[in-house]
Amino acid sequence: MTQSVIVQVGQCGNQIGCRFWDLALREHAHVNKRGVYDEALSSFFRNVDSRISDGGACGVGERIQHLKARAVLVDMEEGVVNEILQGPLREVFDSTQLLTDVSGSGNNWAVGHMTYGSAYREQIVDKLRKAAEHCDCLQCFFLIHSMGGGTGSGLGTKVLKLLEEEFPDVCRIVTSVYPSAEDDVITSPYNSVLAMKELTEHADCVIPVENQSLVDIVNKIKYMSDGGKPGSVIKRDSAIISGRGGLSGAEKPFDAMNNIVANLLLNITSSARFEGSLNMDLNEIAMNLVPFPRLHYLVPSLTPLYTLADVNVPSRRLRPSLPFVSWNQEGWKTGLCSVPPVGHSHSLLALANNTCLKSTFVELSERFTKLYRKKAHLHHYLHVDGMEQSCFSEAVTSLSSLIEEYDHLDATKGKIVLDATRLSIAT
Amino acid sequence: MSVVTLQLGQCGNQVGQELYDVICSDAQDAQRRTTHTTVSCERFFHQNKHGDLVARAVLIDMEPKVIKQSMKKAADSGRWRYGDDSHFSQKQGSGNNWANGFCVHGPRHIEVVEELVRREVERCDRLAGFMTMMSVAGGTGSGVGTYVTQSLRDAYSKSFILNHLTWPYGTGEVIVQNYNSVLTLAHLYQLSDAILVHENDTVHRICSQLLNIKHISFSDVNRVIAHQLGSVLQPALTADSHGVYSRNPLGELVSSLACHPEYKLLSVCTIPQMPSSSIAYSTFSWPGLLKHLRQMLISNSKMEDGIDWQMRPPSASERTRSLTGASFNTSLANLLILRGKDVYSAEAGGFEDPALYTSWLSPETAFTRWNSPVPFNKYEKSATLVSNSQALLKPLDNMVRKAWNMFASRAYIHQYIRFGISEEDFLDSFTSVEQVISSYTQLCN
Repeated sequence: MTQSVIVQVGQCGNQIGCRFWDLALREHAHVNKRGVYDEALSSFFRNVDSRISDGGACGVGERIQHLKARAVLVDMEEGVVNEILQGPLREVFDSTQLLTDVSGSGNNWAVGHMTYGSAYREQIVDKLRKAAEHCDCLQCFFLIHSMGGGTGSGLGTKVLKLLEEEFPDVCRIVTSVYPSAEDDVITSPYNSVLAMKELTEHADCVIPVENQSLVDIVNKIKYMSDGGKPGSVIKRDSAIISGRGGLSGAEKPFDAMNNIVANLLLNITSSARFEGSLNMDLNEIAMNLVPFPRLHYLVPSLTPLYTLADVNVPSRRLRPSLPFVSWNQEGWKTGLCSVPPVGHSHSLLALANNTCLKSTFVELSERFTKLYRKKAHLHHYLHVDGMEQSCFSEAVTSLSSLIEEYDHLDATKGKIVLDATRLSIAT
Repeated sequence: MSVVTLQLGQCGNQVGQELYDVICSDAQDAQRRTTHTTVSCERFFHQNKHGDLVARAVLIDMEPKVIKQSMKKAADSGRWRYGDDSHFSQKQGSGNNWANGFCVHGPRHIEVVEELVRREVERCDRLAGFMTMMSVAGGTGSGVGTYVTQSLRDAYSKSFILNHLTWPYGTGEVIVQNYNSVLTLAHLYQLSDAILVHENDTVHRICSQLLNIKHISFSDVNRVIAHQLGSVLQPALTADSHGVYSRNPLGELVSSLACHPEYKLLSVCTIPQMPSSSIAYSTFSWPGLLKHLRQMLISNSKMEDGIDWQMRPPSASERTRSLTGASFNTSLANLLILRGKDVYSAEAGGFEDPALYTSWLSPETAFTRWNSPVPFNKYEKSATLVSNSQALLKPLDNMVRKAWNMFASRAYIHQYIRFGISEEDFLDSFTSVEQVISSYTQLCN
């Protein structure tokens, strides 16, 4: 089996990452009854015997000594990472995997990307290399970050660029959290659009997640569990917002939303972590779902959100009523994994390369333009070494052309397209 | 004479294991060891120093899981096994990408593969030839498989190479399967002596309608393919073998069916096919079997259910030449293999009807018959038809049509270009396959 490394950048990235590791451990604990370090575990964890002086790594098949996550944690302020290190997950990371600074990026993409990007370049590359060296066969880097802030957005995309430079053959899958319209960071449109350009150019696959959608999902689940529908009771621990892994105590405000994203990541990686009758490698996701290099944004949908207790929910077949482009009428790629998530008998994850994302990008572009027209807050960015006005115009052009490409595909919808004229052979 | 098999990719390794299983259990079925058993075992297995039957096979895949499973299943059978060192795998697959298989994995690992093949060849007293087994939809079987075939052709220029291909479900298992299929077929056509094809869709129908299997899995499909392949490859008495089992099965197969370099696509159908629990309660007659099989050939049906009995071979004046017109299936050549009780009493005259064949070959040249008095795989009597005909024309045309539509928008092309093939290569491959389609379409003349 292959291994993957998770790189979590910024406050959001690290909070989601932390939920992912917690839930992953819970899932593996559920399945792995004998305490043996198996192939499934090795895809995301190392097994380390700390009694051996050189921090000896243990091979597959031996008993679990100490599991260490294959991760690199980056944040320009210490609060979040410190919390992780004081919580129950502290044993899962060692200090060489962390990179922190004190003052943060001030919600400024340029500070994250240019200032910290150059200052910490060597260290970041070094930590990434170490993580890669611990892998027998590294298949994929997962980057988790948000788009609206400074570190996740700016430094996160710098890390993405570094991954492309240093490890060009390793797939880069990015989970990006997009801000909602009511985001309290005023400059989030700037940060998001600047980051988008980097994502379009340097990522293999992006899974965009909108904060607004997460809020809606959480509310829906809360409605159900507060007895919204009479007679229906949600099974304990089955909701994808439940965080009952190793962590206990009161749930913090974003926990529910972060758990959804963590569950999403768990599901995407399930085929890499466990066996199944129709295995799907992570690089097959990129191959099958990305027909054109820039159109690599995949909309995720996950079901079920919760399992109703005492009710047997039959698995429904996906009805093929979606409009596909004419040249890919049967554009489905299927993977089957034999291990369901904890608390469910089965679950379904769909990743769709769908033009519906166009509306998200259009909104983002509009919010950006509202600020940019007035040159609001621009000086904070232009003061940063290496940042110029052209960065902004290039970024918005990149976004506009992306929207245009989606437009182009949308225009073919509903039209009858004849088969392309075939080559004719002289007889 | 021995056949060395190369199992490539997930499909190739799974089908290959089922094939060896069928052959071994069929060969050892006889109560006493007969010549048939000896020849079959010699053809497909060698004996190691413990007296175990070891398959003459090389297992190749870019990721380890399937090879491990196949080797385990073989060993668990207790009757035969794979050689401990006859396999090669890597950690990471080809990502469903033909170019990754052909341009990267193939060249990178060819020396190791060649060495494994050489060792198997040296274990053979006399080499009958090679059979490669792979699918065309994925990345390893198709891409690496094609590269390995190329290397075999260079290293063993005088040996026969039979490529067994599994074509994917038409509704798609892999989004880029049509690209991978076109690229594979175009390249293999120049390298192979004959290409024997099984389509997942057809075999699936056999499983559901003839074998009454409710939830059809890939093992069921693979077992049917193995049964059909086994019925072709088990020892038989041919016109050239002068009263003994043929020492040159692949050579005779190729020379009887693939006499023209433009026409190498072969399809198989066998009769009867029924759930194994029903076999004991059924009786078969040669006339009945052959009548059904002939009509299956004419109406291009792969099963004895739902045959179109109205279809008749056209008279000389009626020959049409359109793809969408009358679906009469014109043959270039046919090989009929009969196995079982009273085999010499079977009358196969119906297959020598000139109306079945294209006009530029006489039926005497076009039709060949092999016999074996030994029943195959528990069927008291069975008949297999290997056909070089228009049977695969429609599925091939569909495959090219879909691939061409995708190519017209250049979708996914960047994924292939980054591993080393160009748009020119795509166009060349399309041209080659269109040529094959054109040739087969004109068989009606």
